[in-house]
Amino acid sequence: MYSQGLIGADGSTHEDAAFLEAFQKRVDAELKIEPNDPMPAGYRKTLVRQIAQHAHSEIVGMLPEGNWITRAPTLRRKAALLAKVQDEGGHGLYLYSAAETLGVSREELVDQLLSGKAKYSSIFNYPAITWADIGTIGWLVDGAAIMNQIPLCRCSFGPYARAMIRVCKEESFHQRQGYEIMLTLCKGSEEQKAMAQDALDRWWWPSLMMFGPHDADSTHSDQSMAWKIKRFTNDELRQKFIDATVPQAEFLGLTMPDPDLKWNEQKGGYDHGEIDWDEFWRVVKGDGICNRDRMKARRKAHDDNAWVREAALAYAEKTAARETAVAAE
Amino acid sequence: MTEKNTPLWEVFIRARNGLSHKHVGSLHAVDAEMAMQAARDVYTRRGEGQSVWVVRSSDIVASDPTEKETMFEPTGSKIYRHPTFYDIPEDVGHM
Repeated sequence: MYSQGLIGADGSTHEDAAFLEAFQKRVDAELKIEPNDPMPAGYRKTLVRQIAQHAHSEIVGMLPEGNWITRAPTLRRKAALLAKVQDEGGHGLYLYSAAETLGVSREELVDQLLSGKAKYSSIFNYPAITWADIGTIGWLVDGAAIMNQIPLCRCSFGPYARAMIRVCKEESFHQRQGYEIMLTLCKGSEEQKAMAQDALDRWWWPSLMMFGPHDADSTHSDQSMAWKIKRFTNDELRQKFIDATVPQAEFLGLTMPDPDLKWNEQKGGYDHGEIDWDEFWRVVKGDGICNRDRMKARRKAHDDNAWVREAALAYAEKTAARETAVAAE
Repeated sequence: MTEKNTPLWEVFIRARNGLSHKHVGSLHAVDAEMAMQAARDVYTRRGEGQSVWVVRSSDIVASDPTEKETMFEPTGSKIYRHPTFYDIPEDVGHM
């Protein structure tokens, strides 16, 4: 989903050639760039944009699944889903911290999300309608996220790479719990299996869109590759995801909703049908099924909790003032 | 925005006795108690630690990155601080 963070990212930068060359040399030598190191303004800007969008995606990503916590079918499923949603919140926090090392404040970042200035992954603008959607989200959405995030563990920017290592360690449980839900449904009644197929039908194409536009339409991608912010192109990662996921669907006895999907012996991967890019851009630009609901939910959470932030701060100030007064006595 | 920014804290965790506390990341909290609770929730959800330190980021004194050379370069030339600088005959055995 994080390739979407680069949509519209402007990596243009105005340093002199010698500075840029020295920087590129460090990157090429696989030396990590740390927050206080000299870096091109375009590198900083691109990273702030991508890491912030990644963080926002984790936070908004809690909504479709959080919706199902109270309706999970068993206590085992409920405990797992609760832990997963809590992890997503944690991932958002690691990522916000990584973005802040580049000189942007948490308050600015949250503001950018709530004002609609910053985007989050298009996938979270689809609704989770049935319990099978929770299985599918874990299996496909977290699966696609892992595909994206593993190469980010080697990102040239140290704090982002370190945050990704923590995230990836935790993410594998997410995908496995989702696939286990799908397995259970597929081994269940006819209705349960049909529910699993229906969820796959609705989530397959949006999951493929998580990798972002085709390479040919992915502007600024070359610069991000050169700076080793990203290591694989959108289409490369999408192909890897398809090749890994199709056999998993076969194991479940489910059918991918793509009549053009077939194994291509020559390339050693699957060929697939054309992605509906009109739908992709509609969702990215705010016209998905849930865009308005998601933003409304985030703004409501922020507003409803304002008193907690204010009370905590007032208490901290009062306690500090009292301690100073006691010390002065 | 009229709200004040919430202070930043750095989090250090000792994974188990015998290891030193290691920096794991940062978080925002208004006071030490809330920083400690948040550190537990954000950084130790899978038994990562036996002990947690939280330190206000503003209390950390850091070396100036622009003075990296004057700060660390002098040790580069002092090869006599390393054991390999000294010639000891092989007959002496391992030392």
